[in-house]
Amino acid sequence: MTRPATTTLSADARAALATAGFSRRDFLKRSGALIVTFSAAGVASEFGLAPGLVSAQGINGNPSTELDSWIAIAADGRVTAYTGKCEFGQGLFTAQTQLIAEELSVPLDRVTLVQCDTALTPDQGTTSGAQSHPANFNTANLALAGATAREALVRLAATRLGVPAGQLTARDGAVSVTGDPTRGVSYGDLVGGKKFEVRLDRNAKRKHPSTWTVLGTPVKRLDIPALATGRFEFVHNVRVPGMLHGRVVRPPSVGANLVSVDESSVRGMPGLVKVVVKKNFIGVVAEKPWQAVQAAAKLKVSWSAGSGLPARRTFHDHMRQSPVRDGFTVNSGDVDARLASAARVVKATYLYPYQMHASIATACAVADVQGEKVTVWSASQAVHPLRNTTAMLLGIPPAGVRIIFTMGPGCYGVNGADTVSYDAALMSQAVGKPVRVQLMRKDEMAWENYGLAFVVDQRVALDAEGTIVAWDYEGWSPTRGGRPGGNAPGNVVTGYLAGFAPQAFTPRTPAPPPQGGFDNGSNTAPSYVTGCVGTECGGCGVVKSERVLNHTVESPFFTGPLRSPARLQNTFAHECFMDEIAASLKADPVEYRLRHLRDPRLRTVLAAAAKAAAWDTRPSPRPAARRTGVVRGRGVACVLYEGDNGYCANVTELEVNQDTGVISVKRCVVAMDSGPISNPDGLRNQVEGGTLQGVSRTLLEEVTWDANRVTSVDWRSYRPLYLGADVPVVESVLINQTDVAAMGAGETAVTVAAAAIGNAFFDATGVRLREIPFTPERVKAALQQRQS
Amino acid sequence: MSVFTLKVNGVTHAVDVDPTTPLLYVLSDDLALRGPKFGCGLSQCGACTVNIKGRAVRSCVTPVSTLDGSEITTLEGLGSPENPHPLQKAFIDEQAMQCGFCINGVIMTAKALVDRTPNPTDAQIKQAMATVLCRCAAHQRIFQAIRRYAQSNPTRRTA
Repeated sequence: MTRPATTTLSADARAALATAGFSRRDFLKRSGALIVTFSAAGVASEFGLAPGLVSAQGINGNPSTELDSWIAIAADGRVTAYTGKCEFGQGLFTAQTQLIAEELSVPLDRVTLVQCDTALTPDQGTTSGAQSHPANFNTANLALAGATAREALVRLAATRLGVPAGQLTARDGAVSVTGDPTRGVSYGDLVGGKKFEVRLDRNAKRKHPSTWTVLGTPVKRLDIPALATGRFEFVHNVRVPGMLHGRVVRPPSVGANLVSVDESSVRGMPGLVKVVVKKNFIGVVAEKPWQAVQAAAKLKVSWSAGSGLPARRTFHDHMRQSPVRDGFTVNSGDVDARLASAARVVKATYLYPYQMHASIATACAVADVQGEKVTVWSASQAVHPLRNTTAMLLGIPPAGVRIIFTMGPGCYGVNGADTVSYDAALMSQAVGKPVRVQLMRKDEMAWENYGLAFVVDQRVALDAEGTIVAWDYEGWSPTRGGRPGGNAPGNVVTGYLAGFAPQAFTPRTPAPPPQGGFDNGSNTAPSYVTGCVGTECGGCGVVKSERVLNHTVESPFFTGPLRSPARLQNTFAHECFMDEIAASLKADPVEYRLRHLRDPRLRTVLAAAAKAAAWDTRPSPRPAARRTGVVRGRGVACVLYEGDNGYCANVTELEVNQDTGVISVKRCVVAMDSGPISNPDGLRNQVEGGTLQGVSRTLLEEVTWDANRVTSVDWRSYRPLYLGADVPVVESVLINQTDVAAMGAGETAVTVAAAAIGNAFFDATGVRLREIPFTPERVKAALQQRQS
Repeated sequence: MSVFTLKVNGVTHAVDVDPTTPLLYVLSDDLALRGPKFGCGLSQCGACTVNIKGRAVRSCVTPVSTLDGSEITTLEGLGSPENPHPLQKAFIDEQAMQCGFCINGVIMTAKALVDRTPNPTDAQIKQAMATVLCRCAAHQRIFQAIRRYAQSNPTRRTA
């Protein structure tokens, strides 16, 4: 493979556009001969698709009876597979290619994977939340299509060879008699010039992981050779004929409204094509990118004063005092009584700041709006939803809108990819030509959908033996906008500026009782409770008296999912608190956790990380630690991500320089169980990157603002972990479970990093840090309190 | 607009642009190169790095007018997917990236280092890479790839 698939896709997509309109069936007529299909009607939930999105697609002119293709096998034996889950640097393109090669028994280089193109690929909602493995690698969707196709080919071969299917084996792109490879027929010959349309068969049998030869092996990423040599086509590299360049002009303050634009301030600038204004949205279009940059900087715009921002120093208190929308994850009803009768009550409060996706590239998109026919090259995680909202934004029907995913930088959630797609679409609509827009650094950082700030109040009741008998969680987190989904372009800044409201915030208190089963998707409940809602108990732990109450409040800034959204924040609060309780009882942190855990897989990852790290069994803090100079500590944290999507435990060793307040993380041993492993090296890469990104978020990252605007708008004011930073060695311990369902792995390791660091810091110093980030100033202040 | 002559990856180009245009815009827009990338436009992340006279230069803040007649090497000038430069091969072998957007700056900065210092210590590598940002945090593999290349570097063996 010499060219990355995104490049191939763009070329194919352009060809399809030119010759076949928008129908994926037309495209397949040209390229496939045996096609596995499914009908979107009625099977959305069955096959794990987001039903709302599928029906939204139906409502908006895409008939729900339309057949979406998953796999096509051509007469030359080449396999084309279509997926709605795409690559963001997590290795999913390669893993899905492995999946198809494995299930179809073809060499890897015979598989072409087409990802995330509204004209070509199935609507699989959003590539997010570590949901791609659960969606596509189990017994539905892409994996099932692969198995269906292989069984169909074996049936065709049985007829052709006159041998019962049970005596045939598919291998290396051919079907042959088991034990006699000379009697066989290639897929290409089976398909020949004919057309076969095979319905997705929910009973098709996946290969068992114990028989895998491609999946489960450390296949090298197919896109890395092109990336390492500067040949890879990012969305930033998309060039279409006649393309112009746009830049945005964002308001100077949160809540400012446009008063007037002085177009004479840029009149006559070289290459200037148009100043585009729509309500509070302003874009400048020019022939060349540098001309657009200069014109956007020079354009004189008058804005009203902003709405003002709550003080940053007291923002966590501000959240406590704001109107709330309340929800229970679980409520056994007896927590207050248990707290009142406890031998001892332990409590603590944890604080988390807003943080940014802060992708290495600023967001970019290319849009070509020709009346009601629209093509957008976008790095969005959600091409099908984006199709709808782009149509809403442009005031046209969605039927003519095509979104072609083209890779952007690692996004870690809803970064600027959707909003810049709107920027490009609005500017292209205004000038009638294709427009490429790339945001400037401050445009992106000042207006992102930030990851959530949090306040968490924790309380537990202990009995006389020091066992937890009740757990009481109360948390506050802010919200504004979010993913645009299928119908809310105002959930990101461009849609909002162009006149669409963010999803409405409706206060609601008190919270209704929890119902519909235990849903710990945000890890609001700790691992140590039983998680009983109705008659079902879905928690990992043994604590029966449990109350988990979350308050959502209105955010002054846009918010949205950032790698391990809410789960990292909650896990920081749970796992540090568990450590505090253990320390108060002079119990070993691992042993004390195991005392309250019943989930065998969570117990196993915890024990595995402890063993691999040669865990020093004893209570924290480390005895007789010095109060000056450099001290060393170790800490642990564990989680079942999203309550059902990947087990992880992290043992961290670090040093604290008590004179400078600098924390230096030395070693992280991370054990992971996400079911059968598709690609062990890819999984290690995720564990390493997730852990180090967790170190960055724990020690360094915080959105800052003044009375009117965000002030962390570049890499000096928002400074993540550079390559020159002290970084720990990350050792992954992969637990391959082959008889269970595949779970996600992209967001798991980051989830436990903050708590493991906080606990190791306590072990080293005897001081508890309860507010992220652990900056040297905060560390020194905490240590000073100890000494007084 | 003024005409400037640049020799990029061994090929001479004459470009007619505004003299204040940063080199990055010329490379990625006028010459359609995909190696150098816009990360911040502020010389803060390294994604735009190219090599000029053996030095790692941040093309996003370097006006083209200061480079007339220069010889410039970009990531694609080192090697190709079929025939990668040994440093690029080290990154492929180590699978030393995730999204890969930063990797232009990582490799071009490391190239300048190892050309200048064929046998770098870990501290020298760290210092050279200090102002390069990898947001996916592939730090561990990136350093392993640079070490792997430095240790196999023919210059080192003769040094």
